[in-house]
Amino acid sequence: MNRRLLRRLLNLLALTLSGLATVIGLFLLGAILWTLIANGVAGLAGPVFTAMTPPPGGSGGLLNAIYGSILMTVIGILIGGPIGMLAGTYLAEYGRGTRLSAVIRFVNDVLLSAPSIIIGLFVYELLVVSMKHFSALAGAVALAIIAMPVTVRTTEDMLNLVPQGMKDASTAMGAYHWRTITSVIYPAARSGIVTGLLLAVARISGETAPLLFTALNNQFWSTRLLAPMANLPVVIFQFALSPSPNWQKLAWAGALIITASILVLSVTARVVVARLNPAGRH
Amino acid sequence: MNSVAAINPRYATGQRLRERLFRLATLAAALTVLLLLGGVALSLLIGAWPALAHFKLAFLTREIWNPVTDQYGALAPIYGTLVTSALALLLAVPVSFGIAIFLTELAPAWLRRPVGVAIELLAAVPSIIYGIWGLFVLSPILQAHVQPLLIASLGPLPLIGRLFQGPPYGIGILTASFVLAIMVIPFIAAVMRDVFETVPDVLKESGYGLGATTWEVIWQVVVPYARTGMIGGIMLGLGRALGETMAVTFVIGNAHRIGTSLLAPGTTISASIANEFAEAVGDLYTSSLVALGAILFLITFSVIAAARFMLLRLQQRALSSV
Repeated sequence: MNRRLLRRLLNLLALTLSGLATVIGLFLLGAILWTLIANGVAGLAGPVFTAMTPPPGGSGGLLNAIYGSILMTVIGILIGGPIGMLAGTYLAEYGRGTRLSAVIRFVNDVLLSAPSIIIGLFVYELLVVSMKHFSALAGAVALAIIAMPVTVRTTEDMLNLVPQGMKDASTAMGAYHWRTITSVIYPAARSGIVTGLLLAVARISGETAPLLFTALNNQFWSTRLLAPMANLPVVIFQFALSPSPNWQKLAWAGALIITASILVLSVTARVVVARLNPAGRH
Repeated sequence: MNSVAAINPRYATGQRLRERLFRLATLAAALTVLLLLGGVALSLLIGAWPALAHFKLAFLTREIWNPVTDQYGALAPIYGTLVTSALALLLAVPVSFGIAIFLTELAPAWLRRPVGVAIELLAAVPSIIYGIWGLFVLSPILQAHVQPLLIASLGPLPLIGRLFQGPPYGIGILTASFVLAIMVIPFIAAVMRDVFETVPDVLKESGYGLGATTWEVIWQVVVPYARTGMIGGIMLGLGRALGETMAVTFVIGNAHRIGTSLLAPGTTISASIANEFAEAVGDLYTSSLVALGAILFLITFSVIAAARFMLLRLQQRALSSV
């Protein structure tokens, strides 16, 4: 009897701790979001969306940084997205089952979790050193390299979900493989691929480390791709660590903007997946 | 045979050409992945070469980091990287395990999805946000409440006491470990949840049929079955912790020395690069920072590769048992 009681107590203890762990996780998410809202809303009151980043002590907004972030993210996904989609297509279709695609899949998984600061160093050596100056283009390329493995992975997964019968039907009609892929498989997997691209955008739009020494920063409005360009993450980094209260306020506003956009993107991506595949868990 | 092609040979030639071009394009894109990894390794090696050639192996064993005299050693950042990551895992693994258990075995069906999504959103929050949150929210709390407690209770102890002595700075190795732990929890928990879901119901049911409690089924049936995948997930988390940059840069204090106390400021490889690279003057300084990056690449590459390999094997087992 005694032993049974002990087992039940141990069970209760373990399950309580497990519930507690989940509460801790949810509490942390809540705490971070609350801090962002509490500090960020005050910063949003100023001319955040209409003025440039201010000099120390001055007042201003984040317009040039927001523009730079959006521009570099868009260029990054325009470079990384298509290459990633094509590579994912190779893994799921032409290279299915071959040893080469097994190797590529493995390397892609490694790149997927590689530290982003390493990617920054790589692009620095590749573009900044050869062009002899920091540039928005280098920042965009760094973001593209981070977006690519994400797209490869999701594209392959989504193409694999397309029923073999559909592909067979297309082949039986006499279509070449490329025709089957572009006219049958891509449309069937469209929402999944779009989700993957959204997740890739969410991933790169908050990346800071690879931009520190590629795009650098710029206090002024600049649209030149070959010059340093302001961007939200690096501005947040600089401003948050400064003693100026005005800069800190802007850093919080920027943090709120970035996090809100990323969470909206992630939730949208999940809703798309849920629509696509109502029985699926993910 | 293609009936259209039989009627119009030019159509068939055009199709075949497009087929070849499309196939080539996908292959080229796929090979880009390989090229990238090779390019990263090569460029780091080239960039690191001047420092490695100048300091030789001593680069790995010296603690000194002095831009004025141009003397650099990687020991302090390597130490900081390893210690913060190990501590972070120590804190994160039990919590992640609890969350995964809750999501797969305990939570009612209606709760699983929202809680699961919330944990995944924690993973989507960019690392710089963890950084400023750690600096402005977590580290004052640690400084005022947790660290004095640790100094008073653990400080006087023999052996491990030395880890908890000195003033409570707020920022330092311990704070960085806390922030890292919070960051890797969602990653480890997500992998563990997925692995736990692969455990066949029939195994668990036979456990319950023998009269085992939920915890006994988890510990004696689920965990042994899922062990490889769990370790794979933990190592993915480790890979993430080792290379994490922004969150650590905010709270570690960037001091190039090895303190005995965990409360003291330190540095990690990624934090050193983030803090100093853009302002580094002189070839040797820059090259030393790139060499740090190469070391980080080597460490994380082996950890991630091992983790992926384990998860891959698990996947193959799951496929072959179906």
